[in-house]
Amino acid sequence: MKKSFILASVVLSSVLASASSWAAKEEVNVYSYRQSFLIEPIMAKFTEETGVKVNIVFAKDGLIERLEREGKLSPADLVLTTDISRSVELVEKDLVQPVQSEALEGNIPAQYRDPADQWFALTTRVRNVYSSKDRLGKQPELNYEDLADAKFKGKICTRSGKHPYNVALISSMIVANGEAETKKWLEGVKANLARKPQGNDRDQVKAIKEGFCDVSLGNNYYLGKMLNDEKQVAWANAVEINFPNQANRGTHVNISGVSLTKFAPNKDNAVKLMEFLSDDTAQKIYAEVNFEYPVKPGVAVSELVSSWGEFKSDTIPLAEIAKQRPVALKLLDEVKFDL
Amino acid sequence: MYSRLSLSWITSSWAIGLLLVFPVIAIIYQGLQPAGDLFQHLMDTVMWDYIHNTVLLILGVGVLSFMMAIPAAWFMAMCDIPGRKYLQWALMLPLAMPAYIVAGIYTELLDFAGPVQSVLRDVFGWQTARDYWFPNIRSLGGAIVIIASVLFPYLYLLARTSFLEQSVTLMQSAQLLGKTPLQAFCRISLPLARPAIAVGLSLIAMETLADFATVNFFAVNTLTRAVFDTWQGYGSLHAAAKISTLMLVVVVMLLALERFSRRKQKVFQKNMGQERAHLLLMKPWQQWLAALFCWSLVTLGFIFPFSMLVYFATQYFTDSWTAEFIEFSLNTFFIAGVVAVLACIIAILVGLFRRLHMQRGSDIPARLSSMGYAVPGTVLAIGILIPFGWLDHSLNDLVEHFGGQGPGLLFSGTMLALIAGYLVRFTAIAVGAVESSINKIPPSLDMVSRTLGHSPVKMVRKVHIPLISKGCFTAVLLVFIESMKELPAALILRPFNFETLATYVYQFVSDEMIEHGALAAIVIILVGLVPLIILSRSIERH
Repeated sequence: MKKSFILASVVLSSVLASASSWAAKEEVNVYSYRQSFLIEPIMAKFTEETGVKVNIVFAKDGLIERLEREGKLSPADLVLTTDISRSVELVEKDLVQPVQSEALEGNIPAQYRDPADQWFALTTRVRNVYSSKDRLGKQPELNYEDLADAKFKGKICTRSGKHPYNVALISSMIVANGEAETKKWLEGVKANLARKPQGNDRDQVKAIKEGFCDVSLGNNYYLGKMLNDEKQVAWANAVEINFPNQANRGTHVNISGVSLTKFAPNKDNAVKLMEFLSDDTAQKIYAEVNFEYPVKPGVAVSELVSSWGEFKSDTIPLAEIAKQRPVALKLLDEVKFDL
Repeated sequence: MYSRLSLSWITSSWAIGLLLVFPVIAIIYQGLQPAGDLFQHLMDTVMWDYIHNTVLLILGVGVLSFMMAIPAAWFMAMCDIPGRKYLQWALMLPLAMPAYIVAGIYTELLDFAGPVQSVLRDVFGWQTARDYWFPNIRSLGGAIVIIASVLFPYLYLLARTSFLEQSVTLMQSAQLLGKTPLQAFCRISLPLARPAIAVGLSLIAMETLADFATVNFFAVNTLTRAVFDTWQGYGSLHAAAKISTLMLVVVVMLLALERFSRRKQKVFQKNMGQERAHLLLMKPWQQWLAALFCWSLVTLGFIFPFSMLVYFATQYFTDSWTAEFIEFSLNTFFIAGVVAVLACIIAILVGLFRRLHMQRGSDIPARLSSMGYAVPGTVLAIGILIPFGWLDHSLNDLVEHFGGQGPGLLFSGTMLALIAGYLVRFTAIAVGAVESSINKIPPSLDMVSRTLGHSPVKMVRKVHIPLISKGCFTAVLLVFIESMKELPAALILRPFNFETLATYVYQFVSDEMIEHGALAAIVIILVGLVPLIILSRSIERH
């Protein structure tokens, strides 16, 4: 028993030591749904310019729940999200606070910030339809609605319907076409699937290359990422990128965002980082390294992205889309989309 | 006569049991909160598919693991097959492989673009995927094979230890009575090993039930996926906790059934560690067949995936070899080591409490401390944050009440949360391993010791601890490896700027860039091998 007591105290003291080490001076703490390898170069630039250290916890899931439990003791200052529904969830759960900043208002157009200033978009990303170069070619006339058409029977690949990117797309269709119509559409798409929903957006492009399917859903920046990967460039070269619904409401666009937590202990530094993320240097890195569309007007998209041309994007307010999320999830279960 | 345990032992056993079950209670409490009509919606639509898949997965993994582990364990314990010296530890190697990494590798191999299908296409002149049929690795069947191929060593280890502890004279008697090795196996070894097999299978079943990364990667929709979707997708912790509670009920029923099936069976043997001069004799071709069987298991679960990782690591070496490595490795090693030792101490405490405190309900602390094993890591993390968050808030309120400056998140924001999470999750493994050792000590030894005037504590030190040391070794080893591989709880509970190797590798695997994480994966596996080697040496020596 004595030994275990000694062991326990050793553990406890080392834990306390590690706890006190991050109670240092100039820093800002970030909970990130975005992968750390992408944001680290941007954070390094920020530290270089301001001397403020950036601490990051990256996780795909559970950060909001952690924030909720930690309450006013939470060390987190900022939350980085990868889609609109998480940003709205933060607001709905009362975990964030408004930020009044001229820099943010100047950098981010009104449609890409919360009217109550509780979330701010940093980049936009397009939900494209990829088509096989050999078997289908470019599809400039395509609408998302067409994916339920019998001519695509056994030809569609997608990741899980419940992935936030697909849920947001389905939500936007509920706003545009209504719930009943969207359910019919989901049934049609499911009937057209070449295989059970699986993998990520890149896997679907790979599947097109390999002949499993002819069309897939995928965000725009994955094509850029694949073209710059030795192994995946062959997949990327097998597909055309299409911007659906150009003749009507426009292509569905999602955001990646940032919010200031309600009890941010390093508020000044956090706002400084938010402003930095919305400004030229960071926006350029988002555009060049990750092939996203910067929100700040005047920051150029990467050469590759600009080669895809201008397109019309769906103007349904993002908050409307986020509101339909529970309905979209319910429909996915009802048609057993993933099963 | 045994009931005079000191009060501190009694209270600490109960306290530990209750502490370890507290996160589970927190989850059940959440599950009892109304979840609106969401739960009903799930029952009406997808829940039965999830349940169906989960049952099939567990049955499949259980049966396949049994078919892999039991013959292997028996060959190793009883027969002199070629390469036995190497095989007996090589068969443990797959334990060091995280299932999701193995899944990623076999997907690379068996996918359309992988070498197997490419060769087939070259040979037969096929062009696209529509020209031929090939089994899809990303399926229920694929998940069963992958999970069984890395989990079967649990059963192998426990069954082999049990076979080794069986008296050779029994085998010799069987042979003298004209039984074949197979008959001797079925009628003596297998029934005698039943407790160990039951423990091994229930460990495997619970691991399978809790797996998230592999089934998610293979798009197999099981209950963990349902919990996850409900919690993350619908944002309803209540409904997610309801599903977790259901899973928990299933596990409790499984455990009860397992215990019921061996309620009257007490197996005691003498001559533990007896010299094993006489192994069963097999014909040469039988020996080679047995060896081939065992080596193919090692190849499937370790040699092949590991070689692939080494190949990837050399290809992407310059990208992967960074200074962060040493830090991540030390983090991981430290946490896993602390958890393994603590879990083993707890297992001894509650295990012996159950044996020595001969009163109704004395096994409850052991059962309580095993409950967390059934909870998927993601949900468990929330179960940890609830009580720890409460502690933190109370402590801070208290300090501030007296005008001081609160210490912040002392519990939930530090490594303590991670250690607690792992303990709740993995103490069950230690309890199972230690308990099956304790159960084999004949009660007569206790009686002798007490007759000689030893106090309970002295008896434990002089009699029990030396006899269960092998079981303790197994316990420490299993918990260490599991803690090193643990992923979902670590992702949520870890402090700032803190990565374990598993969370680091997972970033890459989840993005299908396993090549970039290969080096870190190799470190996880190699560090996991060290305790395996120590264990096999210690078994060797005994």
